[in-house]
This record gives sequence, C-alpha cells and structure tokens, in this order.
Amino acid sequence: MRVTCTVNGREQRADDVWEGESLLYVLRERMGLPGAKNACEQGECGSCTVRLDGVPVCACLVAAGQAEGRDVVTVEGLADFARQRDGSGEPGELAPVQRAFIDAGAIQCGFCTPGLLVAADELLERNDSPSDADIREALSGNLCRCTGYEKILDAVRLAAARGTARTTGQGA
Amino acid sequence: MDFLRPASWEEALAAKAEHPTAVPIAGGTDVMVEINFDHRRPAYLLDLNRIGDLAEWEVGERTVRLGASVPYTRIMENLRTELPGLALAAHTVASPQIRNRGGVGGNLGTASPAGDAHPPLLATGGAVEAESVRGVRMIPVDDFYVGVKRNALAPDELIRAVHLPKADGPQQFSKVGTRNAMVIAVCAFALALHPETRTVRTGIGSAAPTPVRARAAEEFLTAALADGGFWESGHPLPPSVARQFAQLAAGACNPIDDVRGSARYRRHAVGVMARRTLGWTWESYRGRAHGSQGGAQCA
Amino acid sequence: MSTPWPRASAPGRTPTGLTQGGRTGAGIGASTLRPDGTLKATGEFAYSSDMWHEDMLWGCTLRSTLAHAEIVSIDTSEALAQPGVRAVLTYDDLPTEVKHYGLEIRDTPVLAHGKVRHHGEPVALVAADHPESARRAAAKIKVEYAELPVVTDEASATAEGAPLVHEDRHDRHAHHVPHPNILHRQPVIRGDADAAAARADVIISGEYVFGMQDQAFLGPESGLAVPAEDGGVDLYIATQWLHSDLRQIAPVLGLPEEKVRMTLSGVGGAFGGREDLSMQIHACLLAQRTGRPVKIVYNRFESFFGHVHRHPAKLWYEHGATRDGKLTHLRCRIVLDGGAYASASPAVVGNAASLAAGPYVVDDVDIEALALYTNNPPCGAMRGFGAVQACFAYEAQMDRLAAALDLDPVEFRQRNAMEQGTIMPTGQPVDAPAPVAELLRRVKALPLPPERQWLAAGAGADVRALPGGLSNTTHGEGVVRGVGYAVGIKNVGFSEGFDDYSTARVRMEVVGGEAVATVHTAMAEVGQGGVTVHAQIARTELGVRQVTIQPADTRVGSAGSTSASRQTYMTGGAVKNTCEAVRERVLDIGRRKFGTYHPAWATAELLLEDGKVVTDGGEVLGELADVLEGESVDLELEFRHRPTEAFDLRTGQGNGHVQYSFAAHRAVVEVDTELGLVKVVELAVAQDVGKALNPLSVIGQIQGGSTQGLGMAVMEEILVDPVTAKVRNPSFTDYLIPTILDTPTMPVDVLELADDAAPYGLRGVGEAPTLSSTPAVLAAIRDATGLELTRTPVRPEHLTGT
Repeated sequence: MRVTCTVNGREQRADDVWEGESLLYVLRERMGLPGAKNACEQGECGSCTVRLDGVPVCACLVAAGQAEGRDVVTVEGLADFARQRDGSGEPGELAPVQRAFIDAGAIQCGFCTPGLLVAADELLERNDSPSDADIREALSGNLCRCTGYEKILDAVRLAAARGTARTTGQGA
Repeated sequence: MDFLRPASWEEALAAKAEHPTAVPIAGGTDVMVEINFDHRRPAYLLDLNRIGDLAEWEVGERTVRLGASVPYTRIMENLRTELPGLALAAHTVASPQIRNRGGVGGNLGTASPAGDAHPPLLATGGAVEAESVRGVRMIPVDDFYVGVKRNALAPDELIRAVHLPKADGPQQFSKVGTRNAMVIAVCAFALALHPETRTVRTGIGSAAPTPVRARAAEEFLTAALADGGFWESGHPLPPSVARQFAQLAAGACNPIDDVRGSARYRRHAVGVMARRTLGWTWESYRGRAHGSQGGAQCA
Repeated sequence: MSTPWPRASAPGRTPTGLTQGGRTGAGIGASTLRPDGTLKATGEFAYSSDMWHEDMLWGCTLRSTLAHAEIVSIDTSEALAQPGVRAVLTYDDLPTEVKHYGLEIRDTPVLAHGKVRHHGEPVALVAADHPESARRAAAKIKVEYAELPVVTDEASATAEGAPLVHEDRHDRHAHHVPHPNILHRQPVIRGDADAAAARADVIISGEYVFGMQDQAFLGPESGLAVPAEDGGVDLYIATQWLHSDLRQIAPVLGLPEEKVRMTLSGVGGAFGGREDLSMQIHACLLAQRTGRPVKIVYNRFESFFGHVHRHPAKLWYEHGATRDGKLTHLRCRIVLDGGAYASASPAVVGNAASLAAGPYVVDDVDIEALALYTNNPPCGAMRGFGAVQACFAYEAQMDRLAAALDLDPVEFRQRNAMEQGTIMPTGQPVDAPAPVAELLRRVKALPLPPERQWLAAGAGADVRALPGGLSNTTHGEGVVRGVGYAVGIKNVGFSEGFDDYSTARVRMEVVGGEAVATVHTAMAEVGQGGVTVHAQIARTELGVRQVTIQPADTRVGSAGSTSASRQTYMTGGAVKNTCEAVRERVLDIGRRKFGTYHPAWATAELLLEDGKVVTDGGEVLGELADVLEGESVDLELEFRHRPTEAFDLRTGQGNGHVQYSFAAHRAVVEVDTELGLVKVVELAVAQDVGKALNPLSVIGQIQGGSTQGLGMAVMEEILVDPVTAKVRNPSFTDYLIPTILDTPTMPVDVLELADDAAPYGLRGVGEAPTLSSTPAVLAAIRDATGLELTRTPVRPEHLTGT
C-alpha cells in the first residue's frame, strides 16, 4: 500500500508498504529518517518516540497505515519544530533540549537519546519548570542503559532553567 | 495482509461484518507488538483511528459514555472526578507514550487478565456498548470476560464505548509490579464504595484466568458496613473488618505461577491491596462525610 | 602506514570522522563534551541498525526451539521457493573447513551442526528482499529434532552418565578439568586455611545465588555486509573489538583478513554483550552467496538469544574472624554456569577465583572457581566479569561477620581493608594505592537523605517517591528504611599473561594555516567516551586545538577490546604514546628548520602548547604551523601495559593482573515490607579513578554502572526453565531494567590517587561501580527487613515469604 504523511514539515510518500509495517520501519527504512530508534519494538523503551499530530507516541506501535495523512515530528525535525514553536533560535541551531543533553553529559551511547529528546521537549512544552518528580514521571517510558539517568535529569533541569532565564530576560 | 481504513463507524461495522476475522487496531499497543514479534498475522487489520467519535466522551447525569479509543492520558486528566478508579488505573498503564495511544476499548478487546482497566470497570459496574451491522448490544461488564483472553463479543461486533456510572463515592486502584513504572501488573485490585446504594464493588486483575470481582468480600463488607451503621456514623472501621475483607479478596483469586510472580504471592498481595484500598477509600468517605482528609497526591 | 585517509565509495549512513575544535586547555582533566554529541542529539549518528544500501537484502536467522536436540533433518526447499527469497543457508552450505568460532575456544558452530546445544541457537539463514519475506521463508524451513536430555546445573552436569555438552574436547582446559562438562577450573590456594580456621572466634558460612543478568544494551545486534568486487566483503558493524571479530570471521568466509574490511558503526551500548560474534559471519555469508548487500537487525526477542549473558552463579563462602575483628581465613567455591559454549568463561573463572576474597587482607585462603558447560544460554562477558558474583557473596559475608562480632559493618570492613602493599591471594602485591578504607569512610560520612520524602510536597503522599511508584500500592503503609554498604575490587585490562596491546595512528599536519591532529584507532566507541578522551590527549600532547577522530576500522592495528575497563588505559595510552613519538618527530623537524635561530631548540626541554613550540621555561620558539609547513608526521605505534602471568593451575599463584580498581557504595532503600516492593532512595558511591581524564564522563560511567548493579539487586533476571532449559522472559516486558523512576539520586565522590604505572596515573573506571552496588542494595534491604536474602535479584516473593 501507499502511505503519505507529513514528516518534519515535509510531505513524504512511501510505496509498496507491507501492511504489517510500523511507522517506525517506514520512517527508518523507507523515508531515510533513522533517528527514531529500534530498541525494543514493543513499546517498552521509548527510543522510537515521535510526535504524531503533536502527541508523543511509540512509532513502533503505530501501524504504517495509521499514519496516513497525519503529521509526524521526529528527532531529525526537533530543532525546526522547537524553533517554530518557541519563536526563537536560528536555523541550523539545535533545540534547547538537544543543547542541554550535550552540555550536561546526558548522552553516552546515544541510542535512547532521540526518544528522550522528543519526550523531554514535549514535557517542557507543557511544563516549563517541572519538579524532579515531574521529570521522572514524564520520562518513565524511556529506558536508558548507560547513564543511570542522573545526567538526563540534569539536562532537563538545565533546559528548563535556560528556558526560564530566556523568558525572564525577555520580560525584563 | 490487508489494511482496512474505514472513514466512519458504519463503514467499520460493514467491514467487520464482511471480514469477521479482521483485527481492529486503534492505539496499536497490543496488536502491533504481536505483529512486530511475528506472533500474529491477521488477514485484515481494521484501523479505527479515523473514527473520531471513538476518542470522545460524554458526561451525563448519572453515567459517563467513554469512547473506546479515548486515550488513557485523557481519562487521567479529565475524568478523575467522574471515574476516579479508572483514572488511577489509567495512570499506571505502561508509559506516557502508551497512555497517549491506548484506550479502554483495547483492554476490553484483548481481554487479558493483566489489562489495567478491568479491575476498575468491574468495581464501577457498567456496560460495554458493542455493535455490529445487526444492531447495538449493551453487555454488562460483569458478563464481558468469558475466558483467558476471551470476551463476549461476537465475531462481527466492535466495541464503540463503555457506559460507566459516575462515582458516588471514593474509589481506589492499586497494582503490583516489580518496577516503579512501565510495568505489567503482577496483580491489581480496585475498590469502589457506592454510598448511594450502600454497597461496595471490587475488581481483581492478573490473579485469575479472567478479571474477577471478589464477590464474597463485597458481600461481607456491604453487610458489615450496614450492620455496624458505618455509612451513617462514618466511624473508623475495626481492623477485624479490614482483615476479613482482605482475606476474602485474597480468597477470590485463582492465580498461577508465571515469570511475573508466584500464585501464592499474588493471593497475598491482593489481600494487602484490598486492606489498603479499603483504608484509603474509607478514610476518604469519612473525610467527605465528616470533614477529614484522605487519599494520595498524584495517585 | 601510507594508507590513504579518504574512503572508497560506501553505503548510506556510514560513520564519518568526528572533528572537534576546542581550546588547547580542553586537554586531559577537563570535562570536554563528546565530539559525537551533536550527531547523536540530532539523529544523524549512524548506528549499525541504521545502515542502508541500495539493493540490499534482509537477513533472518532461524533458531532452535529446543535447548538440546539432535537435528534429524533440515528441509529448506519450501523456504527457497518463497517469493522474494534469495538464499537459504545451513551448516552444509558453509564454504570452508572452518565452521566454528569463539573468543577463547572455537567451540561455537556458525550454524548448528548435527545438534543444538541451547535454546535459540542459530540453525539456518535466509536472505530476502524484505524482512517479512525473510521471516515467512524462515518459518517454512522444516527442522526435525530428536530431543536430548538437558544438563542444567552442576548436579546434572557431573552426574554419572551425564550427557556431554561437547563430546570431543581438545581445548587447552580439557586436560586439567575434573569432568568434560566443566569448562575450566581455577583454584587459588595460599597459606593454610584449615590451620587459620582454628584461630577463628567466629566462623560464618553461607550459600549465595546470583541470577542471570542481561547486558540489555538498547541498540540491537545489527549490521550490513557489502560484497566487494575483489571477492572480499565490507562489514559495517557494532562490536567491542573489531580485530577479534575479524580473526574469527575471515577463516569461516575463506578470505584473507585484508579482504574482510570492517568499519565500526554506531554502537548502541555493549557492556560485554558484544564481545562475542552475533550476526557478523551470517551477514557476510549471505552477502557472499547472493552477491548483494545484506542487512541483519535483531529485534528485542532475538537479541536475548543473540548474545551471551552474565554467568549465574552459586557461591559457597566460609570466613573466620577473631574477636578483635580480623579475618582469619576464607574458603569458598564459586560455580559459574557457562551455558552451552565457552565464550569468555575461562577468563571469567580466572577473575572470580583471583578476586574471590575481595578488597580484604586474608592470608589463608582456599578458593575454587569453575565454569560449567550446560544446555543453558551461553554466558560470557558482562561489566564486572566474574568479580561481580564474588562481590555479592563476600559482601554478604562481611555483614554477617560484623553482626556476629557485634561490630559496625563499615568498621569491620575497614579493619580488614587491603591497602597498597597488601599481597593478594594470588601472591601478587598490590603496588598502587588501594584506598579501600577511605572509600568506605567517604560514603559513610555523607549525610543521609531525609526520611519520608513522599510527604515532602505536603498534602498527602506522592506515590512517585514510594515503593511501587505510580502503581499506587502504598501511601506509606508497611514502608521501612534500610541502609547498606559494600565495597569491591575489579581488575583492569586483560590478565593472565594475555598479550594485551592497543594501536594508535596519529597524523599531524597544517590545515588552513593551523596545526591539526588526526587520530585513528580501531577502538570501539560504545558510548563510554573514548573518542572524547582521545581528542583531549591529542590536545594535551600536541598542543593543537582541532583534532579529528577517524572512524574505527581494521585499516589500523588492533585496539583490543572495549572491555575490562581498559580502553582509556590502553587505547588512551596508545594515543598518548604515539602522540609523544609524533611530538619528537615534529621537534626534529623544528630543529632541522629553525634550530640555528635559537639555541634552546638544542638545549631545552621542549613542549607543544597552544599551537606553539615552547621551552619548559615557557619561552615560545615558534609556531607549530611554521614547523609543519609543507610537512606532515604520521605514525602508527603499539602500546602495551606491563606483562602479566598465567595463574598456576593448581595454586592460582601468579602476578595475573595489571591494575585494580575500587569503588564503595552506600545504599538507602525503602521497602514496602508487606508487598515486598523496594525503592532505592539513594545510592552514594566513592571511587578511586587514579586520574579523571574527563570528570563528566567518569561520573557518567560510575552512575551508569551503579544503576546496572541496582537492577541486578531488585529486578533483572533471565529466567530459564529448569526442566526444558528454555528462556522464559526474552522481552523488555518481562526482563525489566530500571526506569528513571527506579533510579535514585547518586552522589559520586571521585578520588584521584595516581597509579604510577598507568598513563597519567589513571585507573579504569567502567566496571568497579557495577560490583558493589548490588550487594549494597541487598544489605540495605536486609537492614530494612531483617531477612537473610542470599539470592539476587530479590523478588517480592522473597521479601514476603510467598
């Protein structure tokens, strides 16, 4: 079958899609967007997290046909997505949450990183100053095997603090 | 494999009538795992995502009509007052990403004893709105689970909604897993106090071939509350009542040993959860009726 | 050495060089950021499962459904007739006489031959134009099995008439083991344990059980094999050691090693699980057969069968102590289950035996460690490697001894703590700092986290801060706090006489008017941050700002394995060593060009700093860019750590290890004693790292390692059916690893006491934190519950007596 959807603001089309394929497979193998990761393919790790019509979901559990006509944001489009939403940042610049993950040492092997970035970005979109418990709850669907999560918490705190500083700065 | 994309409920019913083996897929959180791991190769997948009506809910005077695909996240956020037990259970479902996609219809369709929605549905009571081209059927929740991963649906029927009475008293849900998040139930327990009818109802998950009620425990507690005049007095419950209730709840289990837990542990844990949820709901009832506070934050 | 740098034409998403600028101050000791961080944060970093090639096929593996069975027949005809199928291979299709591989012993068939020895063993391969076509075809392969009795533990392995897992052993351990189902056995005997036991005022003995842990790296086994015009193959792969893979792959393919060109793709974690081959040979065979590029990607189910696990173990320990709290002796027996194939089991036995006494002074020991061949899943390397299992047991013993003597458990450990100069049970002196007592002091001195934090936000209990978390199992009822301590010792680097070396090629030249360095090694970057450190070392040694790290591949010499906590020491050491040689060459060039202009060129100690040649007095002699104008220096050199010796097979004596690494933990837990659920509230750790080349990365290693130990304490276990030897929970639904809600605050105290024998005085850091975190959590749970708890992981059943 054919699947057409908007990914990171661009219309994408895939032909000869087997009906049992997931959105994750279509993104990774047919659309040249391997950023969303294939760690478990059973909704138990969050490494394939993408926004589907704005909502964070596991792309491995969305049937390819279910994405027809819908809007998808992957980690590859996160920086553009954040820039348009926040009305700040330059083209080509990383999203604040991406910058914070790098700066805080939250990335080791990096396989969980794309999913965590999409989830963390969505958390900060809803809640610009989350408590530690809020961060832990929002990221409880994203497994990381390398870091022990401490630096990931640091990264989200850092992104939140920078966001608040920026907003405060603008207001002053 | 064929992918059927009905644009309306009527088209979906027609498709299901034409292909009774078609597997409905909404949130995909069960079906896609089976496909990804090659456990299932249905001839037809019936996508319900394009039927917007399924993701809506209506709060009526006495009941809530909850669309089969209303995501758990929406239930947690929007129906905490009307369906507190289900909202608590929704909060324990898998991960935020799964809660954004999955809905009660999927739990009912799969009818796994481990589905988190079942215990509060049983404790609340209510009915499943099942429909086929032949017409609409309201299946009481009590009659819905008929065997291990089997439900009362006919092959041509689809779940459109569940009709649940609005809470008339405190409700609780508790689930044991061996991790603090993103975990399948080892066992689960739900309790609803129904002050209007002076009754209580329960639901047990993952501790029998199907989700079950602890009927003997319900009857015991209903009688004990009435006999002791507790509904009126709002007095604390004697520990002996809680103990007996817990024992009867544990006795309602018919669990197995599996990789997630032993049968003995499940029975034990259901007893503990029964006692604790009774404590929380009763404190909350007393608080509402008599002005003290109970319950937990973000639970 | 004269190999050109640029690559030939390559498939989509191949690894690229990582170029990082930075102040020259961004040398060792600074927390510089990962050079691959941006690629990883944008989704552009090319992992092995991201490889893609036009016209590529998908490979799929058919695996055994039984643990031990004769293969009566295999019929592939129906599979071959499936649409889209390009090849189906079985053992009979293997192209050369070499049909086995293995890390230490070549006992593993590339595809099962005649019989299968464990559940999930590869039996046949399919290549097809779509993964689903390949799966459907694999399902059509008819394999007829005749079931054989299974060997699952020591009793069944050594029983009279026990079936032999490997019938005809000729490996180097075959002649010294007491039974053919015992893969390797290593005693360590020193002093006189019997005589010493007579001096003991208390004797404590116990049996301990350690479950089977999985590495559970997130990036599944995967890669792409591309057939080349010269008959060779280009392999893009995630591994821990390219050259070890190469040595095993090439003979099976019938190719000289130079025709198997391997490039490291992005590696999604490893933790020991990528030391052994998985799909490497399979993808190459299918590529050879079809003449097309072949990609294989395991899913999570298959991944549980695609790599070895941590050895489960049964450990019997007996310690004695005098009333004043001094250990008298140790007798212990450690039985590791190696499963069906050898993998790294012999080395794991060596570690378990030589480190069985822990970081304590015990002069009289009688230690025995062995690994079994069974029909359980093969076990091999995982972070901590034999030292983990032992630490779980000896630390439980320390607490029981302290209790029997009515001593504080930390105080008791400190009285027996080893220090620099202590003689190990192997007779090897510990010749570098061993601050065991100090590490314990530090974790104990930290303030305890506040009680009842679930009430911190006011207004009822925050279940997220309670055992059970979001599952809403308690609002504080039944919750009891406990505190526990543990400390461990891990060796660094390859031991027992192994010729352990690493290779680094470093080039220095002028680009755009600036002196820059390029570092090329075959080191597997698996997330640990070796690439970060290599750039730091090059900046430090060569005084440059910009360093390019070439992709790791087999065009440069071996870097050895990314395991045994060894890469910063070994490949970091190799980069340092080559940089020093490059620097000498550069200075030679400088002397030749400019020596006549300033006498200091000939007389002073010269350094490269900030793009300049300076004297040790700080005088600038010239710009590096001028020295290197029109020239370049390009060297590839090997680096070795000091040699080690094999352990004597009878006494275990020998200077077997290179270096030791120490960490201590304090765990604070809250246990719902009625439901048996545990929340680790805080996991504090102190570790001596010698020298932190990159403090941010060091802390990341310590926290990550600690968390894997935490998982082993309370949730992680591969369950194998004792009757069928089949794996019962090969999924992330039932093999649980900690989420962010299971992982506590982890304060880290880093000590830097230099090991003078090591580059910059550093100590390998990756594994030590994995050792002591498990027993610390167990000790804390015992403290909270009063239960004995001799097995890990702890399940709710153990805590509730159900």
